[in-house]
Amino acid sequence: MDPVGARVAEVVRDEWPQLMAVLYRDLGDLGAAEDAAQEAAALALTRWLDDGIPDRPGAWITTVARRRAVDQIRRARTGRDKAEQLARLEEPLRDGARSASNDDQLRLFFGCCHPALRVEAQIALTLRSLGGLTTAEIAAGFLVPEATMAQRIVRAKRKIATAAIPFRIPDDPELLDRIGVVHHVLYLVFNEGAYASTGSVALRVDLAAEAIRLTRLLGGLVIDDAETQGLLALMLFTDARRPARIDAAGQTVLLADQDRGRWIHEQITEAVDILDQALRRHRPGPFQIEAAINAVHARAPSAADTDWRQIAALYRTLVGLRPTPVVALNHAVAVAESEGPAAGLRLLDAPEVAAPLAEYRYYHAARGELLARLGDPVASRTAYRRALTLTGNAADRRFLQARLSE
Amino acid sequence: MKYACLIYSDENDAVANPDPTSPAFGPIMAGYMAFGEEAGGAGVIVAGEPLEPTSTATSLQVRNGEVITTDGPFAETKEHLGGFYVLDCESLDEAMKWAAKIPHASSGTIEIRPVPDFG
Repeated sequence: MDPVGARVAEVVRDEWPQLMAVLYRDLGDLGAAEDAAQEAAALALTRWLDDGIPDRPGAWITTVARRRAVDQIRRARTGRDKAEQLARLEEPLRDGARSASNDDQLRLFFGCCHPALRVEAQIALTLRSLGGLTTAEIAAGFLVPEATMAQRIVRAKRKIATAAIPFRIPDDPELLDRIGVVHHVLYLVFNEGAYASTGSVALRVDLAAEAIRLTRLLGGLVIDDAETQGLLALMLFTDARRPARIDAAGQTVLLADQDRGRWIHEQITEAVDILDQALRRHRPGPFQIEAAINAVHARAPSAADTDWRQIAALYRTLVGLRPTPVVALNHAVAVAESEGPAAGLRLLDAPEVAAPLAEYRYYHAARGELLARLGDPVASRTAYRRALTLTGNAADRRFLQARLSE
Repeated sequence: MKYACLIYSDENDAVANPDPTSPAFGPIMAGYMAFGEEAGGAGVIVAGEPLEPTSTATSLQVRNGEVITTDGPFAETKEHLGGFYVLDCESLDEAMKWAAKIPHASSGTIEIRPVPDFG
């Protein structure tokens, strides 16, 4: 795309969440809001290319979208709420055009990520309503046929309407859980983008960038939420390593082997700042701790300089907050690096870690590595062979086979 | 907006569904009394009934004009429909808030289904 076109597209995308929030507030119908927003965005894209971007693009696009919505209602809608909707739409926008309050946008986040919707639907609705992605783009991002994604969105909207799922900001006792659902959705979108290894990269939208954009937006709406900032920092750290994660042959490069000069250092600086702000709020949470672990890695000039003692301590805290077997595995690996392989192996062999990870290939690969360092080649080979039987991925198989032949 | 809250529970689980003659039955009944008072007092309950166990169920179909009956419930499942409420609420969030207070929510499953309004 030419630079002007790219700039226009950028402005339209930046205005989208505000636009949707105004339209949803006035129409009370997600589908109708999207239709009007879509038409206005399409018109802006062509008109601004010719005439230039207006001084107040938000006012321009909102006015157009509301006019479209009025036409749409006049044409199609009947019934009680018609007059009411028209009255709301024809009322002049308060304080100029950008009258979507933070709360209006937050309501969209909480509605799209309502726990009564399945997570695939939460993701699709969030990317559609707040990210402004088209159904085709979302489908391409998640490697599902467009018809499947379209049906998913239609079904979710029908449930929202039929079951009267409210788009509201939850009250205090449930607020924490509900914002956790929003975080989870954003985290899944990010991971899909950051670690996707299949599919034609050229055709896929950058879901990692989309997740970062939406998390930034959320962070601006719930200004004092430490975990939202922690999540944003975690995404920025992870994304900063992206240029070094894939080598020239398209193979995944492990963190220890990455060329740290290829990391995006200004993004790491920003992540450190955001994490510092979050930690100063003294409301720790799993995303802040994961981000802090990433910060330790980012600070090390080389893999050998990594402060594993600090990482082990952070994982110990994370085990307390989110006691999953995979977190326990990472904790054991960090302990092995800081205190030696025997200490790490003791943690790995604890039944509460070993039993749930019996079918997890990275568990056996980690055991194989520690046993080799302890000078027990027979037990090490047994563990690597177990890992190999659990591995479908070609790159992982090559890695494990190389270890076995050492 | 009306919502049917269908109460599913394993009727063979003696802890979740003790025999009415056993002492464990009392506290569960008391839980339903308390729910009835709270939700009823808030004007939310439209209807609500417990159901006898599935061993007393009869399933019936009419095929080609012929009535076919089966002794037992519609489907053999681990959890059974043991009763229901119809609640009148503002939104699904409010229905979910009440459903979480139904005593069997902590041992079984409450399925919340919107009731269409054809009026």
